[in-house]
Amino acid sequence: MSTALIIEQLLNGLQFGVMLFLMAAGLTLIFGVMGLINLAHGSLYMIGAFACAVVAAATGSFWLGLAASLVAAAAAGALVELAVIRRLYDRDHLDQVLATFALILIFSEGARWVFGSFPLYLDIPPVLQGAVSLLGGAHYQLYRLAIIGVGIVVAAGLYLLISRTRLGMRIRAGQSDREMIAALGVDIGTLYTVVFALGAALAGLAGALVGALQSVQVGMGEPVLILAFVVIVIGGIGSVKGALVGAILVGVVDTLGRFLLPKLFAIFLGPAEGATTGAAVASMLIYIVMALILAFRPKGLFAANT
Amino acid sequence: MTAGAMNRETLFNTVLAVLLLVLPLAAVAIGEPFYVTLATRMAILALAAVGLNLALGLGGLVSFGHAAFFGIGGYVAGIFASHAFNQEPMLFGFEGSDQMPVIWLSAMLVSALVAVPIGAISLRTSGVYFIMITLAFAQMIYYFAISWPAYGGEDGLSILTRNAFPGLNTAQPISFFLICYGLLMAGLLLFWFVRNSRFGAALQAARQNEARVAAVGIAPFRIRLAAFAMSAAITGVAGALFADLNRFASPSMLSWQMSGELIVLIVLGGTARLFGPVAGAILFVLFEFALGGLTERWQLFLGLILLGVVLFARGGLIGLFAGKARHG
Amino acid sequence: MRKILAASLLGLSLSAAGLANAEPVKVGMITTLSGGGAGLGIDARDGFMLALKNAGATDIEVVTEDDAQKPELAVQIADKMIQSDKVDILTGIIWSNLAMAVVPNAVAQGKFYLSVNAGPSALAGEKCNQNYFNVAYQNDNFHEAMGQYANKDYKKTFIMAPNYPAGTDALTGFKRYYKGELAGEVYTKVGQTDYAAEIAQIRASGADSVFIFLPGGMGIAFTKQYAQSGVGIPLLGPGFSFSQDVLAAIGDAALGVKNSASWAKDLDNEANKKFVETFQAEYGRLPSVYAAQAYDTGNLIVSAAAKASVKDADAFRAALKEAKFDSVRGKFKFNTNNHPIQDLYVREVVKEGDVLTNKIIGTSFTDHEDAYAKDCKM
Repeated sequence: MSTALIIEQLLNGLQFGVMLFLMAAGLTLIFGVMGLINLAHGSLYMIGAFACAVVAAATGSFWLGLAASLVAAAAAGALVELAVIRRLYDRDHLDQVLATFALILIFSEGARWVFGSFPLYLDIPPVLQGAVSLLGGAHYQLYRLAIIGVGIVVAAGLYLLISRTRLGMRIRAGQSDREMIAALGVDIGTLYTVVFALGAALAGLAGALVGALQSVQVGMGEPVLILAFVVIVIGGIGSVKGALVGAILVGVVDTLGRFLLPKLFAIFLGPAEGATTGAAVASMLIYIVMALILAFRPKGLFAANT
Repeated sequence: MTAGAMNRETLFNTVLAVLLLVLPLAAVAIGEPFYVTLATRMAILALAAVGLNLALGLGGLVSFGHAAFFGIGGYVAGIFASHAFNQEPMLFGFEGSDQMPVIWLSAMLVSALVAVPIGAISLRTSGVYFIMITLAFAQMIYYFAISWPAYGGEDGLSILTRNAFPGLNTAQPISFFLICYGLLMAGLLLFWFVRNSRFGAALQAARQNEARVAAVGIAPFRIRLAAFAMSAAITGVAGALFADLNRFASPSMLSWQMSGELIVLIVLGGTARLFGPVAGAILFVLFEFALGGLTERWQLFLGLILLGVVLFARGGLIGLFAGKARHG
Repeated sequence: MRKILAASLLGLSLSAAGLANAEPVKVGMITTLSGGGAGLGIDARDGFMLALKNAGATDIEVVTEDDAQKPELAVQIADKMIQSDKVDILTGIIWSNLAMAVVPNAVAQGKFYLSVNAGPSALAGEKCNQNYFNVAYQNDNFHEAMGQYANKDYKKTFIMAPNYPAGTDALTGFKRYYKGELAGEVYTKVGQTDYAAEIAQIRASGADSVFIFLPGGMGIAFTKQYAQSGVGIPLLGPGFSFSQDVLAAIGDAALGVKNSASWAKDLDNEANKKFVETFQAEYGRLPSVYAAQAYDTGNLIVSAAAKASVKDADAFRAALKEAKFDSVRGKFKFNTNNHPIQDLYVREVVKEGDVLTNKIIGTSFTDHEDAYAKDCKM
């Protein structure tokens, strides 16, 4: 096992983590400010990917597609917030889970109705094709490096937005005391719609970026959604910092687990048996990590007030 | 809540119970045996949801991972039956069993035993954390089932002949329905009994005001853990029946969509209502059946209906007919 | 008017089939029409219906329902079709886990089941049944064909599949005929869509070829990422991952990939020409291997119904077993376990104009049988 391979795998874990962060940041913001648990966040991810694929196919430009994914996901988010989500803020979590579960069904079948049952095509833009050489003889794909870059920019941007701007101040106020900001004369309805659309846009961005690597198809959002929930629960629900740390932790643990566990089990069980058993344990690994963390820190690593 | 509403709910419950019993009998009489299968499915899903209702409705514990227990029950039925069929010992020379009562007791026991550690960790959290950690545990078991080759992995496990019940021919749809119906009634009785017991009162009080319960010297954690395990056991039995209905146990019984559907059943019918799960299961299976026959986009309409219920028909079906529940 | 037209069409088909048998046949088609796997089910349904249409078989009634890729739902629909719709034949299931849930029960109730796609090993071996006919393949077949083909050019193959029974079966099938060395054997998580970690291992393994079995979205994701990574080692796979339904989504990344299947659209026979032509005319897209298998299934039913009444199970079974229909795969016959004996081809993904499709570049096996037939006691 060479150093190059290990560096590459760590980068893979980081890239996976960054992608999860884009999903988890929106989820955790929405929970932190509005107290809402949104299962339909994966659908917004799917909408971003579909919008990007459709626009990129029509115009031939990935970048226009990327812009479209932000717009489409934000618009869908705002629309859903105004039509449905708004009525759920003062409901208990049970109603929220159920209503957003219903939204998943509606979005998934709706997308299939509009775009058909066959997966769509989306490729990475020509400038980002190819790989670069890194220290220690490692090769790494340029596009994945770019995703890591996007993640860092988004994380920094969110930090600045929340700590330095008026909107951020309101978000912080909303996280600590919902009644108070209404009393301060902030138009709370607009604030909520904006925050929801922001979270949706981040999910859409993630969907578009990942859609170019994977496949753009109905149902692509739910597996990522569940991982994003694991991330925010590990990080502490409502905390953007927690989402970042949790996402990278989950990304790296999952990637290294998939890579190392089969080798580890192969030592005891032989190659074929070890490969299947190792893979089985690897697929459960992040849930085990989550259970362990919550057993000791029931509110996650960086608990915001909940 | 008025006495009139109470009576209306009791009346509604009675109608549901009679309806669920009479319809399949009538279906047999007119030679449409498929509706017996449909009614059996309703009864089994209702029983699974009665289990969840104990934790979710009475205890306020929104478990998004009850499919784990449903699936475990199913696998107990599948594994016991396959060992009994092949006469292979599984543990300590035990050769499995194709007797339903043995399977049910084992399904309850195994589900409860799994629920205790899951509950012990999950109940340290609350609110969204609880929802998510129960989901995570169920996912863990789901992936385990998919990648565990001994019992079929993702292909699932077939039960070649339906397990037996002393004195009845379970291969006949109507006999099997009556068994499931009987167990559903037993489950409902247990739920009713728990709700009106001191244990149930403490459980509900802990949901409404945790601090006050703790102040009178009751540990909410233990009560909740007991309720969670009991709830898992009931859902586990339903899982065993479900596997027998389909003659098949599969990882999809453990999937997060299944957990979601169980919650849907309860809310459709009416949360914490005695017959909420029954009403919900009847409605859900009917939707699935009727819409599925009409259009391949039935999931879209199911979603719209669900959304409508959550937004505009709080209290579910029973709430519509019988007015607001005692629990606000 | 319509009635008369239908009657004359019926007359035509009967005279074409030679022997007339007026007993109507009722077919229940359970397939996946919603959710992520819907593309495969829709192709199978369309191929099947096209066969009936081309044959003018108006005496075959089909009820179709969506199983949403859920085993429980498939079982429920099967029960309904048998008990309520009173179908004679069931067909349409795409996935092995659904087939395992439905088939044993259906055949135990005396119904015929004709598989358009799934062919789990259990149903080919010990649990085979005289009323279960697999018109597609036994699950291992395509992988075996690729293992055999790999012997020609490669000595060190890296193999990978999802960690579930169909995945382990796939790699077992490949290894059954592959004689070279394995550069690595990796099982991935079911539903995984990011393969960066696995691709890094492939790069580091020193392999001279890579064999993958990753159906649906998993295969699309892997193939794109593999091409983007620039590893450049030849990629091999069973036809599922490079079938017509997913090629458009993979894009040029699929070009040059070798894959094995029992059928390709350029297979040179009359039945296939007509199939490809009419499928394109009817649905405006190229057919996939799923559509081809379902088309053959439809024609098999038509051929058997012309010979025997479906109510006479023994005669109908014998007529099915004869398999006297013009297969789009050229020649086709059933083995003792009611699974196909057929040729398996290696295809390469090419571009025709703007459209990606598969072209046959060689034959891997002629008259290939599956490995489980000997365990089948019928």
